[in-house]
Amino acid sequence: MTDQAQDARLRKRHAAESRFRWYGRLAIAIALGFLVILLGRVVQQGYTAFWTHSITTSVYLDPARIDRTDLEGNNFDYIAGGDLLKRLGVKDDELGLASGEAMDLVSRDLGFQILDRIKKDPSLIGKTVTLTVPVKANADLYYKGEIKRSTPAADRKLTDRQMAWLDRLKADGTVKGHFNSAFFTRSDSTEPEQAGVLGAVVGSALMLLVAALIAVPVGVLAAVWLEEFSPKGRLSGFIEVNINNLAAVPSIVYGLLGLVLFINWLGFPRSAPLTGGLVLALMSLPTIIIATRASLKAVPPSIREAALGMGASRTQTVFHHVLPQAMPGVMTGVILSLAHALGETAPLLMIGMVAFTPGLPESLSSAASVLPVQVYLWENAAEAAFHERTAGAIMVLLLFMIVMNSAAVILRRRFEKRW
Amino acid sequence: MSFTLALAVLLAFSAGVYVLGRRRAVAQAPAETLHSLPGYYGTWVALWTGVPAALILVLFLTAGPRLGEALLSADPPSAVATLPAETAQAFWSDAQALADGKTPSNIQWTPEQRAALDAKAQQARSFNAFSGIAAIALAAVLALGGFLLAWPRVAPTLRARNRVEGWINLALMACSAAAVLTTVGIVASLLYEALRFFASVSPIDFLFGLQWQPQIAMRDDQVAAKGAFGAVPLFAGTFLVMIIAMCVAAPVGLFCAIYLSEYARPLTRGVIKPLLEILAGVPTVVYGFFAALTVGPLFRGFFNYIGSWLAEGPLDPLGQYLMGVQNEMALTAGVVMGIMLIPYISSLSDDVINAVPQTLRDGSYAMGATKSETVKRVILPAALPGIMGAMLLAISRAVGETMIVTMAAGSQARITANPLDSVTTVTRQMVEILTGDQEFDSPRTLAAFGLGLTLFAVTLALNVIALRIVQKYRQAYD
Repeated sequence: MTDQAQDARLRKRHAAESRFRWYGRLAIAIALGFLVILLGRVVQQGYTAFWTHSITTSVYLDPARIDRTDLEGNNFDYIAGGDLLKRLGVKDDELGLASGEAMDLVSRDLGFQILDRIKKDPSLIGKTVTLTVPVKANADLYYKGEIKRSTPAADRKLTDRQMAWLDRLKADGTVKGHFNSAFFTRSDSTEPEQAGVLGAVVGSALMLLVAALIAVPVGVLAAVWLEEFSPKGRLSGFIEVNINNLAAVPSIVYGLLGLVLFINWLGFPRSAPLTGGLVLALMSLPTIIIATRASLKAVPPSIREAALGMGASRTQTVFHHVLPQAMPGVMTGVILSLAHALGETAPLLMIGMVAFTPGLPESLSSAASVLPVQVYLWENAAEAAFHERTAGAIMVLLLFMIVMNSAAVILRRRFEKRW
Repeated sequence: MSFTLALAVLLAFSAGVYVLGRRRAVAQAPAETLHSLPGYYGTWVALWTGVPAALILVLFLTAGPRLGEALLSADPPSAVATLPAETAQAFWSDAQALADGKTPSNIQWTPEQRAALDAKAQQARSFNAFSGIAAIALAAVLALGGFLLAWPRVAPTLRARNRVEGWINLALMACSAAAVLTTVGIVASLLYEALRFFASVSPIDFLFGLQWQPQIAMRDDQVAAKGAFGAVPLFAGTFLVMIIAMCVAAPVGLFCAIYLSEYARPLTRGVIKPLLEILAGVPTVVYGFFAALTVGPLFRGFFNYIGSWLAEGPLDPLGQYLMGVQNEMALTAGVVMGIMLIPYISSLSDDVINAVPQTLRDGSYAMGATKSETVKRVILPAALPGIMGAMLLAISRAVGETMIVTMAAGSQARITANPLDSVTTVTRQMVEILTGDQEFDSPRTLAAFGLGLTLFAVTLALNVIALRIVQKYRQAYD
């Protein structure tokens, strides 16, 4: 064999080596690239949800146009639309179409606010009130550049003159852009400009609370029994296989279990945080058990032997010495599995969490919405203005998950002992 | 409300009993001569007092309303007996609502039905009141009985600690049983409803039928009232999406694992692993959103563009087809699901590769092999069973994944191998069936449980095989 042939072969092998290494780098780059694109797209689509526009307008509550006997029946929005039109110096046509178009620039919230004020103080009729309300979602989208003039008139939600009015209102300072606090202080609504995530956040928190209160004690105690007390034999082997399989059951199957067991058989309320929390608890039970067992296993036998040697009973050894030592690991596992439960959607769809629920949940057994389901519902909504809110809600959801995950990482770093 | 109050009273009583029991033990003898620490005597008495009563209260809280309903509908009045099933259902829920002081539905009942309704509501109300009082009374008797039973036996020789530990052991066992009961619950509930489904649709037709049209079976008087429940198109759709997902996830995930465990320096590894964990922690609904609003339109635009380029040329039919491609297709769902599975496969394979003993690597290097040769010829063959197990677990997750396919795969049940077609999957159909109106006696609703049972069986089989393989392999080097 000549040196030359050997060299050539070695070069080939080294080339193969470097190619292989590059495949690995490429795979990592693809995975991380997907992560960046995924999060980038969410932020790109969602950051506008945190910014919105409000209009400050004064409305003359004309006694001639307001029916005092049936306050609820009055169309205050239309009256306000007419006043807005006057302010713009535009004369209404006979059919009142222009007032209608002006009315469609302002959130329906305006009418409700006027109604509330009049109900509180009927003497307001005949006076002029000044109110600040969000602009309608389509107007907001126009200011954000989502609805463009260049689109053919038939395909866009605003007419030419509506856009001209919006430009003028913005120019004279009647409409101002500001941080969208309503997104965090309101609940779901059919009107995009009034829809917020508060109800969903509260619902998620209640549900997670129920899940944690059930799954954490039961899961940790079950793990303690399996790891420290159970007679090692057929039974514990069976339970172990059982738990490993449960951990891999698709989440939607837990939803079916919840639907049949809790709702059909036990008569629990549909769509309630209590029922959802129970389902999530059952779902996170196996992962909590597995994590707890792993950290109990990591506590060295010397701790147990020392405690037993001092005359502690088996129970005292476990609860006074082994479990406290394993606690950081247990808490990490618990937080991670609850974070997973927080993002779960499919089982909740099975127990009827798709209902439209405006307002905050009143109790654990009243209908509620939760963040991931809110994302799913808004994604399905027809109005374009819900799309930015979907991404905004995802950002809120991811924020909660990041907080929980960082808590787990910090716990692990600070308290975990290496024996 | 009264139950919460009862539970609070019980808790306070038990706390008081704890103090009493402890005092009694200490009063009888100096603390050093007691068998156990004084607190154990108090705890033992408190356990006897509180636990049985609390169990009764909780039992009534969960099962009480159900029992009430069962008793209520045990003897239907003549006005209801002739009603169709749905209306009768509404009648019972109205009776319950009236009894609970809630607003009933807005159905207009005839006068005699109305009278029957009021009678039933009255009956339900009195039953509710009675059962509430009975439960609280029973709990009180149990609490006092437990206390009276345990109290006289508090004595210095009582092995209180051992007894308390017996209680603790029992509680721990009950918690472990919860895990087993979950499995039993899943199997029982799925089987119960699925058997009702198979009573009207034969399992053969379900598993091997080629037509899936459950939506027809909405009303009895329609001609095609039976509907078609052949699930093969759903299995085909699920399979197609799963294959696409694995084509993305398997190579990328495996190479990530190889690079991380064999090539990356500890520092790089320390940065990349948490980043991959973030990808793993993203909720599936977010992946669904990404698929529906980013990947779907992107693919559609790409294929439509290619189609417009090919149209009018020699490949005109293909071009026309590509121009008609929609957002919802198997490819979108499959690719996004693949992204979701990358970190899963990567971390599982990483564990398996790390478990290959260092001696094998060292032996290979000593023979002059390069790193890649070692990986390809030594490590991967050694880790192969474990990697197969990881792939099977990933497949099981892909099959059971719901949100991505619900939001991006489509709803047309068809048998196709074309990734650009819109397909539907088992999980998507379950969501579609169970998020609409449900009647629990129509085959349409029950079909979801047939699908659920099939899904459960398939994923269970995959998991059992995968776990077996992984475990067997692990023992080989220990």
